[in-house]
Order: sequence, then structure tokens, then C-alpha cells
Amino acid sequence: MTIKGKAYIAGIYEHPTRHAPDKSTAQLHAEVAKGAIEDAGLTKADIDGYFCAGDAPGGLWPMVDYLGLKVRHVDSTETGGCSYLIHLGHAAEAIAAGKCSIALVTLAGKPRTGPMPARAAGAEADFEAAYGATTHNAYGMCAMRHMHDYGTTSEQLAWIKVAASHHAQYNPHAMLKEVVTVEDVLNSPMISDPLHRMDCCVVTDGGGAMIVTTPEIAKSLKKPLVRLIGHGEAMKGPRGGKDLDLTYSAGVWSGPRAFEEAGITPKDIKYASIYDSFTITVLMQLEDLGFCKKGEGGKFVADGNLISGVGKLPFNTDGGGLCSNHPVNRGGMTKILEAVRQLRGEAHPKVQVPNCDLAIAHGTGGLLGVRHAASTCILERV
Amino acid sequence: MAEAKKYPTPVTNPETAPFWEAAKAGKFLIKHCTACGERHYFPRSICPFCFSDKTEWEEASGEATVYTYSLMRKSPTGPYAIAYVTLKEGPSLQTNIVDCDLEKIKIGQKVKLVWKPTDGAPLPFFTAA
Repeated sequence: MTIKGKAYIAGIYEHPTRHAPDKSTAQLHAEVAKGAIEDAGLTKADIDGYFCAGDAPGGLWPMVDYLGLKVRHVDSTETGGCSYLIHLGHAAEAIAAGKCSIALVTLAGKPRTGPMPARAAGAEADFEAAYGATTHNAYGMCAMRHMHDYGTTSEQLAWIKVAASHHAQYNPHAMLKEVVTVEDVLNSPMISDPLHRMDCCVVTDGGGAMIVTTPEIAKSLKKPLVRLIGHGEAMKGPRGGKDLDLTYSAGVWSGPRAFEEAGITPKDIKYASIYDSFTITVLMQLEDLGFCKKGEGGKFVADGNLISGVGKLPFNTDGGGLCSNHPVNRGGMTKILEAVRQLRGEAHPKVQVPNCDLAIAHGTGGLLGVRHAASTCILERV
Repeated sequence: MAEAKKYPTPVTNPETAPFWEAAKAGKFLIKHCTACGERHYFPRSICPFCFSDKTEWEEASGEATVYTYSLMRKSPTGPYAIAYVTLKEGPSLQTNIVDCDLEKIKIGQKVKLVWKPTDGAPLPFFTAA
């Protein structure tokens, strides 16, 4: 059994806010749900499946009640920032199995307004909590080892931020719209070696949502047709400390699964949404997904290769998490949304990829240098 | 000298209590699986590799090399170095490099175990060897 072509993304919505001290988190979920339902041309009563992750206040039953949904299928898979990529795959499975026909997936929260609640501790807590792993230093450790093993440089990492900034200048909602140079990135303060401030994504309030549905229903609606043709998910951790290697992510497993299901290769991809919590996240994932060989990510991203209209692999044309939006410190949803815009031909004209018919949306969740999940979605315009 | 950094007290549980009891006596324990021969850290009762329950405690030397590190410069308690070190016995583990010049840490550098007190059992850290 495959989910190839069995589920379509019929509605998308990204909240325009980047700072929402005047709204509740549940309210933001409702606003993005409303936006996605209206984008699809549906009504709330049509929704019969609901998907949310750890950012949804109280989880499934409080959210289903708050939103006033009546659903027959739910899924609260929680894998940090890539939860929504996994939700898309799981929604396709549920739709293919007849468990629901119109699924709503929401993400929203306010980390810019105030600190997020702490995650529940795992079995490792006593053996790790004291050492102060944060997103910055966990990804810093990956970058440090990648540089050691492959000669990757801060200049090469900086090109990823430069490319994102070139795209963000055209996004009126982007938090950072200024085009920056490699020198700007290198001159920004060191946060956690070897990552500079501009190697890090923005912190924003906001959210996003999507509607996933059957081929028949999608074809009855008015939006350009975008469908999921391949999906993969995987997890990676230090696994008892054996053969530790922080230079690759779980994308080495989720990526090939998705490409195999889709029946395509990385060379076929016209546009890539790649989770950019940090510049190193993008570089490692591009290698892991097979856009270049392991260790050659630095050369691949340099000299504007990720800039739409300039390089070979246009990426994160909304400005991504590095410049535009990183709602709830979780980048998976916005990765899907920009990929759908590209496939619909609705991206900004300055960054729209011509004849964009195949796109990838990929991300990780958790801490790349500690424990994380990865999920890959291959999307096609029909 | 700044006041010593306060570290969280291990909660401990029945599975890991022997590790923390040994730590109080200055012994650093890892787990060794007598079924598959693999060693692992942090300790589990069931081997994460072969899933055998034939795991036993083994005292490690405390000698290690730095696998990777990052010097976190934005911290209210001052810069600190998170790291993974690879024990002479095999397993790698997350820790902090302490009590040495943090600007001089290098991948591949030899380090050794030091204990830091908490209100309960001490916690393992590493410093330049």
C-alpha cells in the first residue's frame, strides 16, 4: 500500500502576524484553521479529521472542543518542528484508509511574547539535563563536527542565510526583510561556536494550517491541485553512545523513503522547502536528502546556489525560518505552505520557480545534536 | 572566584540508583551487555542493541576524547562548553568541559572525569587531561 497521490492539500494559510501579545494561543489556532478552511472553499462542518501537536493548548480534546469540530479521526503525533510534515503523511494514510476525508492540521503559538512551556523529560534527564543543551549549542556541536570532518566553513554556512534574505525582501510579512551579505553573517555576534547570530532563525509568534483531502474532493474545489506523492519519517539519537556521528540527521532515512514512494530523485525537484532552524540544519539536510554528497554541502550552498532565479536549487522562497517566520519555534508547517504556494504558482513573482511541478518539504524536530525526528514530503502539482 | 554553579540534583530511579550510589563513592559506572558485548551510556537495564537483560555495571576509567563541543556564549551564568566525549571504553556521552581554558578546547583532545556536587549524588563532567 502506498499513499502516493491519495491525498491533496486543498487549503493553506499562514498567519501574517509575527508578534501577537494581544491574542491567545488557542485563538491563533482558530484563526489559522479558519484561514485554511476558507482558502480551500470549505466550511468548518466539512472537517472530519483533526491533527495537532504539542503546541496546541491542552492537546486534542480541548482543541477539538474549542474549535467546535466534529471529527471521526484524530492524531496528535508530537515530533517537534517536523510534527506537521508527519501529520501530512499520516493524514494521507488516514484518507487512503477511509478514516477521514477532510483533515485539518493546525500549528500556532507565541514564543516571541513569552517563554514556551518545558517539554516532559525522557529517561535521559538525570544524565543530560545539567549540561545545558539548548537549540543553539546542540546545533553548534553538529556544525563544529561537520567543519572538522569535511572542512565546511562559516562562509559557506553564511550563504544559506544570504539566500534566505534575498527571498525575504519580497515577503511583506517577513520579520527580517533586509538583504544581507556573507560578511554581515560573519560579523554578527558569536552565539554558540561556530554559529553566529545570523546563522540562527527568528523567534516569532504566529501559526499556519492546511487542509488535506481526497482526490475527488480536491478536484471539486477551485484551487490548483497539489498532491502528496511520497512521505518518509525517521528518528535518530545517540543510542547508548555507540558510533556517535552528529554530521548526519534522520533525513538520511526519511528522504530515501519519500523519494522511493514518489518514484523520483532529488534531481527532479524544482523547489525545496528545507527546515532552517539554523544554517547548519539546511546544509546537513541537503546532504542527507541526496541533493549533494555527504560533506559537499558547503560547496553546494555557496555562491547563491539556493537563490531563486540564480542557483540550481531554489529554497525557502518565503524567506524561511532564517528571515520570515518560525512560529512556535517549529518550522515544519511553513515549509509545506511555501511548497504549496510554489506548486500553485502563488509565490511572489520575484521568487516563483517557473513551471514548478515537483517540490520537497523536509524538516527535523527536536535537537539535531541530541535526539530528533525527521520527515520528508514530496509534493506534485497535478 | 565566582560562586560555584548550582547543578540539579539527580532524581534517580530504581533502574539507575546503582549508578548514583557509585557516583557518591567516586566511581563512574557504565553498562556492559554480556550477551552481545556492547557497552552503553546512559545506563539501561535492557541492552539497547541486542535487547538482552544480561547487562552488568562496569567501572569506567574516566578517560575520554572530545568528539565535538560548542561554547555557548549567551548564558545568564556565563559561557559554558557543552560537548560529547568518547570514553576509552567506547560509548560517547553528553557533558560539559569544565575547569580549564574553554577557548582552547579542540576536537580529539584528551579529557578526564571530574565530579561536581549537587544536593544529592554528584554529576560527571570532564576537564582537560
